[in-house]
Amino acid sequence: MSQLWTITRREFAGYFSTPLAFVFIVVFLLANGLATFYLGAWFEMGQADLTSFFMFHPWLYLFFLPAISMRLWAEERRNGSIELLLTLPVPLSAIVLGKYFAALAFSALALALTFPVWISVNFLGDPDNGVILASYLGSLMLAGGYLAIGSCLSALTRNQVIAFVISVVACFLFTVSGAPLVLDIFRSWAPQVLTDTLASFSLLTHFRAITGGVIDFRDLVFFVTLIGVFLVATMIIVDMKKGEGA
Amino acid sequence: MIEVQHLVKKFGDFTAVNDLSFAVESGQVMGFLGPNGAGKSTTMKMITGFLRPTAGTARIAGIDICDNPLAAQTQLGYLPEGAPAWPDMTPRQFLDFITRIRGLDKSAARQAMIRAIGMTELHGVLDQPIDTLSKGYRRRVGLAQAIVHDPDVLVMDEPTDGLDPNQKFQVRQAIEEMAAHKAIIISTHILEEVDAICSHAMIIDRGEIVAEGTPSALAARSRFFGAVSLTLDTQLLERACKVLDGIDNSRYEVVTRGVETVISVFADTAQAPATDLLAHVRDLISQQEWPVRALALETGRLDDVFGTLTRKPRPLADTANVADGGGA
Repeated sequence: MSQLWTITRREFAGYFSTPLAFVFIVVFLLANGLATFYLGAWFEMGQADLTSFFMFHPWLYLFFLPAISMRLWAEERRNGSIELLLTLPVPLSAIVLGKYFAALAFSALALALTFPVWISVNFLGDPDNGVILASYLGSLMLAGGYLAIGSCLSALTRNQVIAFVISVVACFLFTVSGAPLVLDIFRSWAPQVLTDTLASFSLLTHFRAITGGVIDFRDLVFFVTLIGVFLVATMIIVDMKKGEGA
Repeated sequence: MIEVQHLVKKFGDFTAVNDLSFAVESGQVMGFLGPNGAGKSTTMKMITGFLRPTAGTARIAGIDICDNPLAAQTQLGYLPEGAPAWPDMTPRQFLDFITRIRGLDKSAARQAMIRAIGMTELHGVLDQPIDTLSKGYRRRVGLAQAIVHDPDVLVMDEPTDGLDPNQKFQVRQAIEEMAAHKAIIISTHILEEVDAICSHAMIIDRGEIVAEGTPSALAARSRFFGAVSLTLDTQLLERACKVLDGIDNSRYEVVTRGVETVISVFADTAQAPATDLLAHVRDLISQQEWPVRALALETGRLDDVFGTLTRKPRPLADTANVADGGGA
């Protein structure tokens, strides 16, 4: 347990060793603001809620989170430090989880720094803070899902750019499978069961359910399962590479 | 302390390590020699648990690295090839991380860090990010990491690679200081290093052991072993050759370096003991009154043995250093 904490702490501190982390957070906040106010037309809506703020998160995360997760393993491989890490007497699970939690904590920090939006909406109107809290939780879950997928794919390669691109593609597929546009295509010919199954695999479907203000146990189970599956897959890939010699 | 048993590693069709077995006891320093791609790094990666062997295993202090990697790695210090570290950390943060991860308690960690920093002389750079350090310092940071928990078994892949002569000397001194109560494996292709610090040496080529023994025993396998070499002025060469032609059952080789020439005289037959040849040459020198700069009975040359054993033609595909994919 203390090893897990040690690794998480080191990884988290690693994000702030360069100004890149700050640039990342600033750009993320700016993009968030632009999406909310221009694309989401938050003021024009005249409603005291954060729907137009949260509705863009899946699409923003699609690019921002693979940028965080791409370095998780690819960089260690390129740098050679993976050899150091994997020959220390630490269980692989602690390394995989430690790296993941650090990435999640960093994303959570970026998300938490959007608090002025929440203050503004409370200042301007009388929003349902329960829904907003649920939405923040949903947003964090969504980030967790993307990061787990990204962690797994980063373990496949030593090239961060490749890790980024395949993570964006994978996250995109896991998102659009719940978008009405895609579902309509299937709906026209496929049986209802297939369409529903497809939609149920989408992070978008479950994210929307939570940001709707209803924290359904099944949505949480979905996210936790997805994260678990991809972290276990990360472990399997890292372990497999020990046999291959890469 | 280290027992390697029938270790095999294959990368696809390429056999990087082929049925390697050896043991290193506490107090021994085993020098691992071999050309690039011979399987040195791959073997070390398997001993330390970074790579899984295709067959065979290694035991660290009696613990099987494949069956119980964490317990084995606890006993182990490892300096991977190229001394990788996290470039954003300072040596202090880095060593602090290692002691924490290895579970040293606070006061033990403090003591351990002071000792490791002292041995590797890192005082001056403790708070500079590792990626701003020179190659020599980085290597020493890697070394400090490997020894900070005072492990019984130490595996170091080219610990002095890329260091200047002074730094090499320091690292060798650090290894010698620790050698008495540890089992150490180092890989190197610097042959003088083997003479300087190794109690045992092993030459491997294409994943197989081609020779092993003490450095002097290995060197004795050289054709130079027992030869008499004399160093004199190049001007004297012609006269010297005439006289040397007169010795029965012998031949000689000449290597000229500017004003200095080294003549190695070999006994043609194994009948006469080498000391007889030496005495003979010495007599000739005193008769002729040559100003000889040096006269020595050769104890053999490791580089010569290394070359003879490993300079066999190899198929092109084999020369690719597949084994070093992780660290190159």
